[in-house]
Amino acid sequence: MDLIADHISHRFDALDVLDDVSFTVRAGEVVAIVGPSGCGKSTLLSILGGLLRPTGGAAELRGAPPKDSLNPLTFVFQDFALLPWCTVEENVAFPLEHTALGAAERRRIVEDALRRTGLSDFRGAYPKQLSGGMRQRVGIARALAVKPAILLMDEPLSALDSQTRELLMEDFVRLLADGAMGAVYVTHNLEEAVRLADRIVVLSRRPGRIRKVVPVTMTRSERGDRNAREKLLALQDELWSLIREEAIDAEREVQHA
Amino acid sequence: MLERAPAETPSDIDTKPRPVEFRGAGFMPSTGRASGWVALALVIAVWQLAGSAEWVNPLFLPAPSAIAVATYKLAMSGALWQHLGWSVMRIGTGWLLGTVAGVIIGFAIGLSTLARGVGITFISALFPIPKIALLPLLILWLGIGEEPKIATIALGVFFSTAISVYSGVDAVPRNLIRMAQSFNVPFHAIVRRVIWPGALPSILAGFRITASVALLLVVSAEMIGAQYGIGAFVLQAGNLMQTDQLLAGVVILSLFGLAVGKLINLLEAKLLHWR
Repeated sequence: MDLIADHISHRFDALDVLDDVSFTVRAGEVVAIVGPSGCGKSTLLSILGGLLRPTGGAAELRGAPPKDSLNPLTFVFQDFALLPWCTVEENVAFPLEHTALGAAERRRIVEDALRRTGLSDFRGAYPKQLSGGMRQRVGIARALAVKPAILLMDEPLSALDSQTRELLMEDFVRLLADGAMGAVYVTHNLEEAVRLADRIVVLSRRPGRIRKVVPVTMTRSERGDRNAREKLLALQDELWSLIREEAIDAEREVQHA
Repeated sequence: MLERAPAETPSDIDTKPRPVEFRGAGFMPSTGRASGWVALALVIAVWQLAGSAEWVNPLFLPAPSAIAVATYKLAMSGALWQHLGWSVMRIGTGWLLGTVAGVIIGFAIGLSTLARGVGITFISALFPIPKIALLPLLILWLGIGEEPKIATIALGVFFSTAISVYSGVDAVPRNLIRMAQSFNVPFHAIVRRVIWPGALPSILAGFRITASVALLLVVSAEMIGAQYGIGAFVLQAGNLMQTDQLLAGVVILSLFGLAVGKLINLLEAKLLHWR
């Protein structure tokens, strides 16, 4: 199943946020969206996931979703969006409650998602008892439980400290390794973008337009190698050179607002 | 001229380690309750002493022991339970009616644009009215039985409940609702599993307010027109200058308020343990 941004534009009242953004996320592909702050990255993701109606253009799907997918487009949120009154297990089971699945099947799926994210021992804990990294793992387990075709990840690591980020990044690499799931990964962190993405969509500052689409040619497993580091850094520099001037302007603009 | 300590020589300052002055004291009152109980006991003891030594006329302020005896006698004669029973019935019925209506309307205002427009206008207009002022009107409408008293309490409870419920619904983090929508969770399930528990802290805080509103209104309503009930009893005792009985009634009201507060604490501990 492909996800298509078809000439998407968006404005909030008088504020133009996105201007004619088009690209396609092919099945199993990971596309990162980077750009200066306030360029409409998160807005674009909300539109792609059907949580926001664009003022122009459309988000479209092409092809059938995987047969057993319960929610082909599934979000992973920056602030985790866990129900604080539910345990880890209940949070992961939450999106399954309203499906036609039987209780035994639901339990099996939750069990599997908890195991894949290393949460089996924390099933009875409440979100407030967990560290930020563990909370985001619950968010990821919840997403895995519905077998998404495409994960829509909205700065999933930006609320975490750098060590936790590194660990979760390794989890992402592992989860996306078999190509069964694609992802749209919104981030302001260029290192995350070059580590994960097959292609990187660089947006201009507001109103966000596509400045460039940068392919990453190495496989994700190659990028973990020591030797790959230099190439990735060069790529990061290339991206930064595309964004830097506008990031400065964007920052000044935010401060004047 | 003031004597001054001789200034330290520069060499002292350079070489001798000296402690960094602690500046972080205060602004952290601890939650110990012992001092509160001691103060309460002290006030009662002084009050008792004043009564026993006849420093004050017992007609105006009977000693705590006299109030305790009066309470005991009331309990033994059964009069206490009769009055309390009537008051509890009125509070219970009125509070329940007002709360159910308030929760329904509060949710409607929190969830629907139309209900919000209409509801907030009416609530803003009617909330400031002291509900006890409506009792005479309600007596005209509903007769002189229990109905107008219960309706007064229900009205008082309704407005506060509706306000705390829709503020609670408004305060549910939008990201949780978006999350549920992103998983295609149906509307009714979002209300039940996300909005209701999210609004519950505010709803329970509202219960605390409406419980005291209900107590205030039941006493006022009973003073205006009732034969039985703690309010009526306090008024009668006052008319007969039975100050010990009057204060016994006040003590009962205070205990009742405390008990309701404790009940809400328990409810919070049970329902909001996740906080």
